[in-house]
Amino acid sequence: MKMPTPDEFTIARRAEIAAGLREIIGEAYVMADDASLKTYESDALSAYRQMPMLVALPGDTAEVSRLLAYCAQHDVKVVPRGAGTGLSGGALPLADAVTIGLGRFNRILEIDYANRSAVVQPGVANLAISKAMDAAGFYYAPDPSSQIACSIGGNVAENSGGVHCLKYGLTTNNLLGVEMVLMGGEVIRIGGKQFDSDGYDLLGVITGSEGMLGIITEVTVRILPKPPVAQALLMGFATTDSAGQCVAGIIAAGIIPAGLELMDGPAIKAAEEFCHAGYPLEAAAILICELDGPEVEVEELVRRVGDIATACDATSLRVSDSEAERQRFWLGRKSAFPAAGRIAPDYYVMDGTIPRRCLSQVLNRIAELSAEYGLQVANVFHAGDGNLHPLILYDSNVPGELERTEEMGGKILKLCVEVGGVLTGEHGVGVEKRDLMGEMFTEIDLKQQQRVKCAFDSEHLLNPGKVFPELHRCAELGRMHVHGGQTPFPDLPRF
Amino acid sequence: MNQALKPRTIDELVQAIEWAVAGVHPLELIGGGSKRALGRPMQVERTLDLSAFTGIREYEPEELVLTAGAATPLAEIEAALDQKEQMLAFEPADYGALLGAKAGATLGGALACNLSGPRRIKAGAARDHLLGFHAVSGRAEAFKAGGKVVKNVTGYDLCKLLTGSWGTLAALHEVSIKVMPAPERTRTVLVFGLDAEAAIAALGDAVSSPHDVSGAAYLPAALAARSQVAYVANAGAAVIALRIEGIGPSVEARCATLRAMFAPRGDIEELHSMNSRQFWREIRDVAPFAGDARALWRISLPPTAGARLISTVRETLVSEAYFDWAGGLVWLAVAAGEDAGAAAVRSAVAALGGHATLLRASSDIRTVVPVFQPPAPAIAALSARLKESFDPTGVLNPGRMYADV
Repeated sequence: MKMPTPDEFTIARRAEIAAGLREIIGEAYVMADDASLKTYESDALSAYRQMPMLVALPGDTAEVSRLLAYCAQHDVKVVPRGAGTGLSGGALPLADAVTIGLGRFNRILEIDYANRSAVVQPGVANLAISKAMDAAGFYYAPDPSSQIACSIGGNVAENSGGVHCLKYGLTTNNLLGVEMVLMGGEVIRIGGKQFDSDGYDLLGVITGSEGMLGIITEVTVRILPKPPVAQALLMGFATTDSAGQCVAGIIAAGIIPAGLELMDGPAIKAAEEFCHAGYPLEAAAILICELDGPEVEVEELVRRVGDIATACDATSLRVSDSEAERQRFWLGRKSAFPAAGRIAPDYYVMDGTIPRRCLSQVLNRIAELSAEYGLQVANVFHAGDGNLHPLILYDSNVPGELERTEEMGGKILKLCVEVGGVLTGEHGVGVEKRDLMGEMFTEIDLKQQQRVKCAFDSEHLLNPGKVFPELHRCAELGRMHVHGGQTPFPDLPRF
Repeated sequence: MNQALKPRTIDELVQAIEWAVAGVHPLELIGGGSKRALGRPMQVERTLDLSAFTGIREYEPEELVLTAGAATPLAEIEAALDQKEQMLAFEPADYGALLGAKAGATLGGALACNLSGPRRIKAGAARDHLLGFHAVSGRAEAFKAGGKVVKNVTGYDLCKLLTGSWGTLAALHEVSIKVMPAPERTRTVLVFGLDAEAAIAALGDAVSSPHDVSGAAYLPAALAARSQVAYVANAGAAVIALRIEGIGPSVEARCATLRAMFAPRGDIEELHSMNSRQFWREIRDVAPFAGDARALWRISLPPTAGARLISTVRETLVSEAYFDWAGGLVWLAVAAGEDAGAAAVRSAVAALGGHATLLRASSDIRTVVPVFQPPAPAIAALSARLKESFDPTGVLNPGRMYADV
């Protein structure tokens, strides 16, 4: 994985740049010593590490604006960073860039229950938003697995999902507005407490842009009344095929569960050993189906889902009869990643989406790859929306094993695209899947995306080297190559 | 009437736009042509008729995804979904009667204009349902974005950018959309006799309750009287309507709870299947204002601000309004005059946050009054750069949104 060649001229000016940044945000908030910088050398994709040139921690929007204006003026690259929990290397530092951390933006500014919205700073942790309104009976729906730690600003940058997004949507479906600073220092506000923004949907394109279009300094989210009841079913199946049929059956019956998760045999075993959630160890696959809403609705849907599972030859079926039991069903799923960490020194999380009907085909092929590479794989699957997370287990101390893991991971993602899916469902492209973008997109597709980047950041100073396999200069991208006047219909067209 | 370009294949579509770019011939993009009276009037040389890009290409109900030619009539999409007990959850409107258009709306048109119906408060907007598209940009390049699965963050979300771009960035020819199961049962609880301010509070209470309200509207008595639904028209009072959808027992239980909750505030009635559907079609299609000559504003604002907006506007203008989206969407009719009361409407909106779109007015008025809320300078500049990145010579619907976009 190749990052853009660091600019020696910038690195040579490091002390001068540090002084410039300190003038803006104060001595204490610009870090230049190795010990401090080390904290920032990777995000949660820790296979990739790079010490940043400098780290700056601004405290308000005006400071972010002045920092970006300074960096633009002095031609210094910038890497924005939230909580550093990203799984695709979106916040991987660059040797010639300033990492701007938003950790000091940690306040909830307003909760407006009457308009069902909350205004928060980007460094607030995802779960903290829901906690702040819990007593009033509201919550913020998207719930990535890292929700204790991940920041809402990072969620916006990555368009994060979570187990509840089939019913409640990804981050992009739960935002109302943002304040953002453009690379030149200009502060823009998009949306507000109203449902729809006017004009081009800038909020939509900023969400999931992986810190490449601007730095988010404030977020207005939509909040929802908490469903009165949630109940979960834990269903075991003898084959992943019958589990897959059960998923299709649930959706075909018009039921959109709050969560619908599948784990395969190796994932069940790892989770069970880790936290004793009571999963059926003999099953080849389990499904956890959560239903929420009014009591009478949940009761009826639990019955219907149970019937579908039975018709799909479920080998075991349990319905949570208390909140504690519901939590226990989830415990194994939610700790699938650390559980994998217990049975192997390292694990690599993949994140493709596939059409659900291809599940068995894809799992069979992954099993073949697993045998071929001699690397164990455990699969967890957001079954409702087709988002597959194979966890490849490896040992980075074995020479060459990381490289083989990455190669195998690349093959899994290509497989996802081959069957009609996509490279990433919720973790983002970052540096991890950057060089695979050509599997999904043509050169023309990618250039049009980069032109959007140019409209926000014409000098490629914001988070360069991420998402796009090749960096094209904006001037070059802007050129038109139309056969002037040579088109075959000077008079009026044949059609 | 200019002669239309009507490409039949993607190659021909590319050639048509190449021709337009080479000679800088501005084009008006149409699918079915039902929304031609929306937006700013344009100076164009030719119509780019996209109606050949039609037909459902893939539809797998259990994947919740449908792929179709962008010009597929909405009626055809809805019929296919209906057969599998699914729906377009964002409830696209049919403004035919409102705008006096004869042609039927297309899927691509509904997406390009991002006009969502009453269920927007629960299920999201049109923009939340476009999963992927194929299009030809104003650079005469065929390109795509997104995918055919419901969960995807690969690359920038150009689907959002294209939705609501009113044909100014690219000519859509194929779209993949998220579809959802249709509810088994639909009912609507009506509460009569509240004024606008009390209505805003009641609507807020309803959508803040855990009863999963999927439509929340308010009609003053004079507009309620125009409904085809007898329970609404004959009440002789203002009406709050709260829609409840889902499986049978749940709908019954939730309606009962809502009736009990609102009984102290006014008389209560309940609409069942056919009546309920008819009522929400009227709200969606702005039927209360169809067939009158007034100018019509579509105003999106913080839900609690709805009542204040109409009282502020009333200080200077004779107007009539109803609420959808629990107060977050105000449909406001005023005498057309010379400027559709733009100054009063826009200053009231500016004070409350949100934006006003002049949805219906003569082309003369739409030429002098900005149809869309004039954006802040930085946003305007950014929008112009985005337009340029897709359509550098400005041949696609130039001026449809703003003078320079």
